[in-house]
Amino acid sequence: MKKKLPEKYGFLFVIFLFWLVLTLLSRAGMLTSHFSSLLVPMTYYAIAAVALNLCVGILGELSIGHAGFMCIGAFSSAIFSLLTRQILPGGVRFFLAFVVGILFAALFGFLIGIPVLRLKGDYLAIVTLAFGEIIKNILQAVYLGVDADGVHIALNMTDFRLSPDGITLIKGAQGVSGTPRDSSFTVAVIVLLLSLIIVQNLIDSRDGRAIMSIRDNRIAAEATGIHVTHYKMLAFTISAAIAGAAGVLFSHNVTTMTNISNYFGYNASIMLLVYVVLGGIGNIRGSVVAAMILYLLPEMMRGLNRYRMLIYAIVLILMMLFNWAPALVALRKKLWQRIRDRRPAVGKEA
Amino acid sequence: MKKTKRIIRAVALGTLMAMTLAACAGSSQPATNSGGAASSAQEGGAAPAAGGEGIFKIGAIGPLTGDGAAYGQAVVNGSKLAVDEINAAGGINGFQVEHRGEDDELNNEKSMNAYNTLKDWGMQMLVGPTTSGCTIAVSDLAHEDNLFLLTPSGTALDCVKYDNAFRVCFSDPAQGTEAAQYMSEKGIGTKYAVIYDSSDPYSSGIYESFNAEAQAQGLEIVSAEAFTSDSNKDFSVQLQKAKEGGADLVFLPIYYNQAALILQQAADMDYHPTFFGCDGMDGILTVENFDTSLTEGLILMTPFSADSEDEMTVSFVQKYQEQFGEVPNQFAADAYDGVYALKAAIEAKGLTPDMSASDICTALMEAFPEITITGLTSSSLSWDASGEPNKEPRIFAIEGGKYVVQ
Repeated sequence: MKKKLPEKYGFLFVIFLFWLVLTLLSRAGMLTSHFSSLLVPMTYYAIAAVALNLCVGILGELSIGHAGFMCIGAFSSAIFSLLTRQILPGGVRFFLAFVVGILFAALFGFLIGIPVLRLKGDYLAIVTLAFGEIIKNILQAVYLGVDADGVHIALNMTDFRLSPDGITLIKGAQGVSGTPRDSSFTVAVIVLLLSLIIVQNLIDSRDGRAIMSIRDNRIAAEATGIHVTHYKMLAFTISAAIAGAAGVLFSHNVTTMTNISNYFGYNASIMLLVYVVLGGIGNIRGSVVAAMILYLLPEMMRGLNRYRMLIYAIVLILMMLFNWAPALVALRKKLWQRIRDRRPAVGKEA
Repeated sequence: MKKTKRIIRAVALGTLMAMTLAACAGSSQPATNSGGAASSAQEGGAAPAAGGEGIFKIGAIGPLTGDGAAYGQAVVNGSKLAVDEINAAGGINGFQVEHRGEDDELNNEKSMNAYNTLKDWGMQMLVGPTTSGCTIAVSDLAHEDNLFLLTPSGTALDCVKYDNAFRVCFSDPAQGTEAAQYMSEKGIGTKYAVIYDSSDPYSSGIYESFNAEAQAQGLEIVSAEAFTSDSNKDFSVQLQKAKEGGADLVFLPIYYNQAALILQQAADMDYHPTFFGCDGMDGILTVENFDTSLTEGLILMTPFSADSEDEMTVSFVQKYQEQFGEVPNQFAADAYDGVYALKAAIEAKGLTPDMSASDICTALMEAFPEITITGLTSSSLSWDASGEPNKEPRIFAIEGGKYVVQ
């Protein structure tokens, strides 16, 4: 057990150092503003990938609507921040925005989990896909505002009678705008570390073993007396909550959310799935690294102009081959083995 | 022992990751600079020392890949053409101009990344972004940096909410209102139908103001049907409702690719009302595999017609076709005018490239309400301090496959 601790937290330490180095570089003015602007998105996609990996890799249920939970976190926290912008100081408001975003995402995860997690396999994928689309479409259509008379909700502009001094929160397809830009790399890394700690500890706990036993053999797990639906709900809700946290960072970084199908639609959910699959299903650390690399890649290739997206696609295919092609897996193992064999000798010399 | 080794390994890995990424970021951009407001000042100061003589740097942003690629490419090409012309004619105040376009994939987040890339490059003025959502997102950053933003085609009201943001096109509300007024003045149509994209801020923005003005003008709207970007292929339901309501004018505040489908499907169901579009309709004659004779009689409000016969348009269209191999649309024309407006404003204030982006912005904000230019999109184009352009709306009808001024 004692030996395991540093192994488990080693990756957290790596991320901490990663943060430290980049923050120092940024303070010293050695980062371009383009690169500094990529740090926050890169981190929240890593968080979302961790959340999805908990669902796909640990719980073993394919969800292709996780961007929907991000969307709920993003919108609920953005609305909260807009409402309390004048009342609360920045730090407290942002903290509470996290609480609101995470709670709403968890609530929806829970509510959707009730019917959905009784389904098996592909059905879950279909329903989560539908859920993601429903969330997106509702938020694209709804008008929401608050004034002295109370809350106004409408599905088109003509029914939306907000007095001029009221606050418009969601304006149909024109979305939410004016959310304060509170997200910073430091906050994002803290959230990433917290979500990694939560997920890692969950996996290592008794509950985590129960969850993984459901993944590996549902019938055997049930026969051992594990309450399958309970544990599925647990993992799914936590996964939704973490995705919600990523959404909070999103909405407080990109302060204007219009055309939301770009970030919260079907494609976004698939993109998260790509991060998880390329990082290794069930490999939480892999998700973080894959999300960061794959987010940065197309941005770093801006110099290639219009070939950039083409090359990005080719890189995805190559990465997939590198990770999963049997010949390459064998080659990689051989290389690893060689490094491993050499290592004790290096240790002795030192 | 083992523990320390592990820690060393972790340190090495973390540092390596960060360094590689930072190196990656640095190598693409030799002129590395710190973020924040201070950087623009440094850049301004460093430029003459490095380059010898100064160069104005104008950036452009738009979707160069994906769904909106046609619009973004037009903006980047249109502004590039203007910059090339200006350079060939001796530059602005004798200084050459450099131009660079960046892709935003029609995504607010990527648009912010594109903006920051351009900032690292040393951009002093921005002609862009192309679309409304991206413009609103980027205007937040540009406002923080005090960098001058002139969007050629960001039509949403909020695009120019900051005092350093201006636009070349009309706003959504202005388009909707003018469309309704025009219909009422000219007495075209007796019953009206609207088909709009409720998932698109541009389309729903125009619809809202059109609806409000139509009611004020007493126009009878018999049906107002929406579609979304997920269901923009089959319009038979919306057309059927318009037909059943007896609408003889269908208002289409949408982009031309969907409008082409609507025209086709209306013809298939033998429904022939007058169609009326806004600036997004420009380009309908270029749709492939589409029978353009269906557009006969289509009325559209667009600032630019490639068929116009004034000298400026003819030369613009000819050069654009030579260089990029296609007929320019209103996005290209707006961007082209935007660059010339910047030129006029810079000349009015006698600005030089060695000034910081922030100083240039402050001067341009003063200059813009004072200048008037003759451009492709208007014979006299001037601005309010609020960022809105003053120009006459232009309305065309398609007759014989050409735009004819109304």
